[in-house]
Parts: sequence; C-alpha cells; structure tokens
Amino acid sequence: MDLDLSEDQEFFRDSTRKFLESEMPIETVRKLADDPAGFEREWWRRGAEMGWTSPLVPEEHDGGSLAGEGLLDLVIVAEEMGRLVTPGPLLVTSVVAAAVSECGTQEQQKSLLPGIASGETLATWALDEPGDRWQADALALEARTSDGGFVLQGVKAPVEAAGQVDYFLVTARTEGGLTQFLVPSDTAGITVKPMESLDLVRRYAEVRFEDVSVPASAVLGEVGNAAADVERQLQIAIALQLAETVGAVDRVFEVTLEWMFDRHSFGRPLASYQALKHRFADMRLYLEASHAAAASVARAVQHRDEQASAKVSAAKSYVGDHATFVLHECVQMHGGLGVTWEYDLHLYLRRATTNQIRYGTPRDHRERIAQLIGMDEEAR
Amino acid sequence: MTEPHESAETPEEFGLRARDWLADNMPLRPEGQRHSRDFDRCRDLQRMLYEGGFAGVCFEKEYGGQGLTLEHQRALDKETMKYEMPLALNIPTFGIIGATLVEFCNHEQKMRFLPPMIRGEEIWVQFLSEPTSGSDLASLTTRATLDGDSFVLNGSKIWSSGAHAADYGILVARSNWDVPKHDGITVMAVKIHQPGVTVEQIVDSGGGTEFCQEFFDDVRVPVENVIGQVDAGWTVVRGLLAHERNSLGNASVYTSGLEAPPSGRARSDIMELALATGQASDPTVRQLVGEDYALRFAQDETTRRVGAAMANGQLPPTAGALLRLMSARASVRRSDMVLAIAGGAAAAWHEGDAATWVGERFVSRQSGEIGGGTTEMQRNIISERLLLMPREYAADRGVPFNEVRHNASPSREGKG
Repeated sequence: MDLDLSEDQEFFRDSTRKFLESEMPIETVRKLADDPAGFEREWWRRGAEMGWTSPLVPEEHDGGSLAGEGLLDLVIVAEEMGRLVTPGPLLVTSVVAAAVSECGTQEQQKSLLPGIASGETLATWALDEPGDRWQADALALEARTSDGGFVLQGVKAPVEAAGQVDYFLVTARTEGGLTQFLVPSDTAGITVKPMESLDLVRRYAEVRFEDVSVPASAVLGEVGNAAADVERQLQIAIALQLAETVGAVDRVFEVTLEWMFDRHSFGRPLASYQALKHRFADMRLYLEASHAAAASVARAVQHRDEQASAKVSAAKSYVGDHATFVLHECVQMHGGLGVTWEYDLHLYLRRATTNQIRYGTPRDHRERIAQLIGMDEEAR
Repeated sequence: MTEPHESAETPEEFGLRARDWLADNMPLRPEGQRHSRDFDRCRDLQRMLYEGGFAGVCFEKEYGGQGLTLEHQRALDKETMKYEMPLALNIPTFGIIGATLVEFCNHEQKMRFLPPMIRGEEIWVQFLSEPTSGSDLASLTTRATLDGDSFVLNGSKIWSSGAHAADYGILVARSNWDVPKHDGITVMAVKIHQPGVTVEQIVDSGGGTEFCQEFFDDVRVPVENVIGQVDAGWTVVRGLLAHERNSLGNASVYTSGLEAPPSGRARSDIMELALATGQASDPTVRQLVGEDYALRFAQDETTRRVGAAMANGQLPPTAGALLRLMSARASVRRSDMVLAIAGGAAAAWHEGDAATWVGERFVSRQSGEIGGGTTEMQRNIISERLLLMPREYAADRGVPFNEVRHNASPSREGKG
C-alpha cells in the first residue's frame, strides 16, 4: 500500500474493505470453492458499482479514476482483495480494459468498454500456452491471414476465468511479429476445457482455437507489432498481482501477530520467546519491503517510467520469494493448526503461490532483469 | 533539516547549479576507483565543497550549513557520482554525530562544534563501545568524576573508526554509580589529541586498520562540553543510536554523496564482476545479477518509504532498525554472491585481476551484521518497539549499577 494515499483514495479503500468484509467474507469464499465459476456475476456487477472496473476506462466510455491515475486506484482494490482472498476477474478484466483503452479503435472502445465498466461484460487475457510459455518469443498460437480476416490456430492455457468471460484478448503470432485479437468467447471453433487449480476460487481453463475465423476488425493495435502492447499489459498484470499478494501477506501477518500474544506455552505468550521474536522481525522487514516494492511498481507503471520493465521484474522476483516465505513462517507459528484445511492460512498460501509463479516465476524475472540491464550487449 | 530561508532556489535549480560547479571544481574519480577513506583527503574535499556552498546542505545557515531541504541534498547527490567525494565523513561525523549535536546541543555548543565540522576542519568519531560493553552499551564503565569545572575521565573505548586521524569524539561515560545503569550516564565532546588520551589502531580480519581502541587516563573535559544533561545522557545516546540506524540504512538528511549508484541502469559491482570474469552468459551468474538488482531496488524503495514514514510520524524513530537490518542482510547476501561468481579466483590472484577483493570481502562478511549494532539488537528493537512484543528479561533492570554484576573495567596492561 502506498503511504501517500489521498483522502479520496482512503475513502475508496475503506468502502471497498467494508463491502468485501460484508459481501465476500472468507466463509463465502470457501463456499464458492465448489462453484464452477468461483464467483457470481451479479456480485461482480455490484463491485463494478463500487468503482472496481472503471479506473482504467476513459470517462467518455463510462469509466473514470479518482485523480487521473487509474492504476493507483486499482491497486488499492487488488490489495484489499488479497486481504480476503477474494475471487473475481479483477486482474484479467483490468488488463483487457487497459489494452482496449490504450490501443483500441473508437469502434472497439465503444463496443467493449462501457460493458466492462458496468460489470456486464467480462474479459480475460489469453497469453500463456502449455509448457509454461508466457514470454513473447515463446508464443506459438498462430494467426494467418484469410479472406481479409484472420484464422487462429493453437492452444492457450492456463487462461484465467476463461469459462466465465465474454471476450478473450488473444496474443498470437503472425508473420512479422505478435498481433492481438479481441475474440468473443462464443466464436465458432473455440473450446474451453476447465483445469484444476491451486487457488480455491480462481478458475483456469485451456482454450483451444481450431480454425477460428475472425474479421480484421478484431485486431487490437497493429498487426505484427504488438510486442510493446504486450509488455505494457504484462506490467499492469504484475502491478495488480503484487498488490494482491502484499495484501494477503499483510493480513496473515496481522492475524499471526495477534496469535503470538494469545497463545501461551510453558506459562508465557509465544510473543515472549526471542527465537520467535527474531523471526517476526525478519518478517516485518520483508513485509515492509514488499509494500515498498509493490507501491513503487504501481507508480512506475502508471507513469510509464522508462525503467518500468526492470522495476516490475525486480519487484516480481523480490516479492514472489519473500511473500511465500513469510506465509510459510506464519504457518509454522501456528503449529498443527496452521496445516489444517479448516484454518484459512492455506487459502492465502494458494493465492500467493499462484501469484508467485503466474506471469513468470522469480527465476524467470531475474533472467529478464539480466537481459534488460544489458548483460548480453556488455558481453559482446 | 530546515525550511529554506529566503532563497527560492528549487531542488532542480540547485542540482543544475551543482552540476556546473562540480564540473569546474571537484576532482574526477577514475572509473572503478573507490572513494578515499583517508581523512586528510576528505578534509580537502570537504573544504572545497564548503567554499563552493555545497557543504552541510541540510544544516542551518547560522551553524555553517546551507539551510536547505533533503530534496536539495538528493539533487546534489545525483550530480556527484563521477567525482571524488568525502564519503568517509558521512558516517559517523555528519549522519550520526552532526545529527545528534543538532538535536541535543545548546546554541553556544552548536556555534562551537558545527561550523568546523562542516568546513572539514574537525572530524568526529564515536566513543561508545567498550571492551566489556558492546550490545549492552548502558553497562559501560568508563568513569567521569566531576572535579571543579571539569570531569576527569578514566577508562577505555573501542571500535571507533579512524580515531587516530580524527579530532573529536562523542563519549559516553558513567557519572553516577549509585543509580540504575541508564540513569547515571553523561555524554560529552572530548578532544582526542591531548594528554592522557592514547589511541591504538586495531588490525581487523581483513587486514584493515580503521578500528581503534582508546585509553583515557585522568583526562580533563570542561563541563561546557557536556551534551544534554549530566546523568541524563542516555536520552542523548538513544537519539544518537536512532541517527546511527538511519545513517546505516541510508536515511540520514545530513549525509552527502552516494556510496553506490542507485538501482537503475548503472552497473553494480556484482555485474562488473560477472562481466570481468567472462560469465555474462552463465545462467546461474545471470540469476545472481538479477537478484542483486532486485535486492537493490527493494532496498532503495524501502529506504525511501521508511525514511518518509519516520519523517512524518507514520513510523516511530525505532523503525530505522528495519533499514539497518535490511542493509546488513543485503551486505551479507552480496558477499555470498560475489564469492559464488568469482569461484576459485577469489582464493589466489595476480594484482589487477577482477576478483582481488572478493575473498577478503567474504572473510569479513559478518562485519556488516556487527558494526553499528548487531542484527540481533535490531531484531530486538523491531520485535519489541515496533511489534510491541514482550521485552527480554534483564537482571539489572531498576538495580543500582554498583550492585549489578558487570564485567571488570579493563586496564591497559590487562587488555587481551
């Protein structure tokens, strides 16, 4: 969480927190674990009324942000959702909203954005391909030109909320480079096969494109020249993911700290043992540093900082490693209780672990940093 | 730090003026050459900065500073990277002791001590630790006995860096033995080069000779050199330790210039080492270079965040322990990383090789977690002061110091 929230942003955070605590407490999240969608569209529409879907949509298409910095509003929502392991397609729908707002035609903006802003329309980003391929140069789904349009052929997986959305933003390979397409999910030739997932309410599916014909008007941005757009989408996705993870760790740390004062052994509170106090000191540091890294990345992406790519990867690598470390420590502090299904800790670990390894693992991002800061040029 | 007085010069304008002035006046630092730790060189560099109007940016004007803001200091810092800077004066002289004098000295004392410090004429060191008092600093046994208008000092201090070449020490002594340990302490400014003070250099595990031990034999210190109140010096010490944590966590407003380039495009010594040893395409080494960048980014952002939160009261001054712990852990991690990159080249080398410094750094690795307060003490502070967990048991709490079991005062003959 950024320490310099405006009054409007604080109000936004508080109202989002209240709404989530009353409408989507963890007991409800647990019940949704058995729901095929993982969330209800009506609930999402009400979240949209709270302002979750409008920050990245321009005002002319029914969107709007508090102070012209939409991503900085949106990370507040993501962080609050992390605190309660909330379901819903916030990250993926936001990425599509940003992409359409930033590089869509007037026509595309008019047809998609008002629906996204009102919560009626859901969309997701179909980026990853089987074999943990998510980086631009590894994508293989092919789009070839045909009759003035394109034909898509290939497989995307895992695709978040693929079974629940109305539109896919598909990142494909065309002659000469990457091209992105906005494809309605009911287009002929698309089959969606649900996958099992680590997170209890975040659904993923494999999406198969078999000779899927789309018109030229489905292209988002420029044909063969989408690499920079894809990078921008990745940055927005990771900024939201980091905020959510930090919210999750913050909440678990809070709960575990309370537990240290409440739980007694050998006639004294756990909080009085130096061996445990010192582990909390380390956790407190990692939590602060994760907040700092996540908040800095949100600003860098919002303001299109020239080093945003490297900063995003730095935070993704640092927070990814430290968040799950802290959560595992918190499990350890709870003893046997910590490893039960009934206790909520594993819900948080499932979410943070998913976030750690989606859109690249810490290891992938360390390698990306090495490329971004010029290891290869320098070596020549 | 003070508000700017009459000048309306913005940090940006100040930075631009600094850029021109530095180019015309300050010596360039050859690429790859470290900043000089030599106090005499630092005195010269500091005087140049003072004469140019770029010394003591956040110190008040009447005490020899520029009376500007931290933003002005940061704007100057950014411009200084390619020049020789007197960085050895940052800690402890400006960041720790300068800050403490600003907080606790009266006007006359500030007029006496701050201007020569800012001009580079008087370099300071800390006389805190003793051979028998480290983490438990308040158990110190250096004796200060009031005699007329001066205190008479007897005892020994240790781990003061560069005391042999410095001018003044901020010294903590026991002035009352009949009260609990925190209630009988007095802080004073002590001239180093005077009769009764003996300074000996200590060779550290890396072969360096910065550390010193001092012996005080009937040294007279005028009472006007007492900082804060007699017997109430622990308040001053607590302030000083907070400034120390800030400085070591890179969050002081009184330090000037940067030791390492901020995370960004500039290469770190880890990347330099990877390139110089021809391992730019080794996947494991690339992981370490990426990790180093991520760590620097996290450290910079945490320093900024915690520094700002302490300045506006969102976090208490003890939060500096977070920064101190982070920089200590990062320093240890980097020592491990450079050894992993250098491999066998760190064990034997020719002069001019890429990894000449790596083995020594690894051998001295723990100094980063010891100097300036051990990481164990930082973890106590974080858990007890920030997280409000119960304090550790202490057998001497509330007990008059002369009834507490403590280590015997060392004598010069008996030093081990």
